[in-house]
Amino acid sequence: MSTTDTTEQGPQATWERYLEEGRFMLQRARGSGEHLFWPRVSTPSGETDLEWVEASGKGTVYAITVNRGREGSTNVALIDLAEGVRMMSTLPEVETAPIGAAVTARIERLEAGPRVVFDVIAGESA
Amino acid sequence: MTHDLRGRAAIVGMATAGVGAAPGFSAMELLGQASVAAVADAGLKMGDIDAVFCATSSHAFPTMSVVEYLGLDARWFGGTNVGGSSFEMHLIQAALALDAGLCDAALICYGSNQRTAGGRLVSMSEPQWHETPYNPRHPITAYGLAASRHMHQYGTTRDHLADVALAARGWANLNPDAFARGPLTRDEILSARTISDPLTKADCCLVTDGAAACVMTRADRARDLSSSPVYVLGGGSAVTHRSIVAMPDLTVTGAAKSGPIALEMAGVARKDLDLVMLYDAFTINTILFLEDLGFCKKGEGGPFVEDGRIAPGGELAVNTNGGGLSCVHPGMYGLFLIAEAVAQIRGQAGERQIADCNLAMCHGNGGTLSSQCTAILGSEASL
Repeated sequence: MSTTDTTEQGPQATWERYLEEGRFMLQRARGSGEHLFWPRVSTPSGETDLEWVEASGKGTVYAITVNRGREGSTNVALIDLAEGVRMMSTLPEVETAPIGAAVTARIERLEAGPRVVFDVIAGESA
Repeated sequence: MTHDLRGRAAIVGMATAGVGAAPGFSAMELLGQASVAAVADAGLKMGDIDAVFCATSSHAFPTMSVVEYLGLDARWFGGTNVGGSSFEMHLIQAALALDAGLCDAALICYGSNQRTAGGRLVSMSEPQWHETPYNPRHPITAYGLAASRHMHQYGTTRDHLADVALAARGWANLNPDAFARGPLTRDEILSARTISDPLTKADCCLVTDGAAACVMTRADRARDLSSSPVYVLGGGSAVTHRSIVAMPDLTVTGAAKSGPIALEMAGVARKDLDLVMLYDAFTINTILFLEDLGFCKKGEGGPFVEDGRIAPGGELAVNTNGGGLSCVHPGMYGLFLIAEAVAQIRGQAGERQIADCNLAMCHGNGGTLSSQCTAILGSEASL
């Protein structure tokens, strides 16, 4: 018996389709409530009853670096989302930000495609 | 009671080739030179080798390539590739295969010409799709992120990172084979060009050519082949993630798991180690591994490396060849940790020789702090 439902796409393609539609979605296990990022077919604890839910977009900076080069500098940050999962992203409006800074997500549309980025919420830190 | 595998197999031949810059040689040619020299060092013929363990950054099927290039007739193969720590893993796998009678003489080998071929780190590592939109420049972006977190959480400073680089250069200056030798000051390190905050060029390992190889046999045969066999006493491994975003805690590596497993298997106490070889792809690695392997408490790795504690003449002999930072780093450095431990245990380390070196820890790191493998090596006296 095949375990692939051919009427659906895999988690990566599904996530990318949502992003294309302007939606930042996360997987969540129905029973345990555990969120998952990046999208996969099961959670680290083995749950497979996954559904897609809208991300709150709230998070804090867990770690941050600035890649410096001749063509300019861009930061790469690891963001801890309010849902308890971590994602790599960037804070395009600032050179860098303190670890612990509160941030909020938005979808940025680049030539290469849409991506989730974050902005620092002024005056807030975790 | 110690583990059954303790001391059952030993390194009887060891060699390096093309350390630094080796213009005009391919990666396989350098690997071949090191292998030929290691087999000769063991007093064996190439036809005696019946097992190959190998990983490189330029061969999809390295064990096949090595068998063909060296004309081997092998019956056991280990191509585990977990990045730079692969060779510490190969050491344990070879010991297991030898002990099980699956082979009688194992060759572990590596070769790279990345410096003269392109001058950049050669990697077959594929991008992770969920990271790609943010253009991380791995590996340094990942190590910059880890360093940022360690600084935030524990107050580690760039001065601490500089202490690691200074110690490595101090050792390299005692090693005629080291690629980066000569004076290096704290000011030069601190004013070096920043690449991925907080890491500067001075925090990064070298980009060199280089090959290494070792030959292992069971212990009973090792005593006939070598005047000073180097025994494999224990080993432990851990893989915590593939992408840096999936590393559970950026300040705690899998070394916290692999280290205790290796020490217990070897029946060795940390304080009895004469030499500690840590995979220093970046300065932050040395600090993380000193903590995770239990040489100091978590968060105290920065203060631990102050005042030349790991430099020549310091309390703890760490990376006595000069490390990946100042000796050699041809992409995957793990086998060079073993080469230095063998040189020290055999008493062949020249000006940098430490007194009575009987027990060494080799700690390999691979990917972006992803795979950690610790091996304990010892002299005849350590058995």
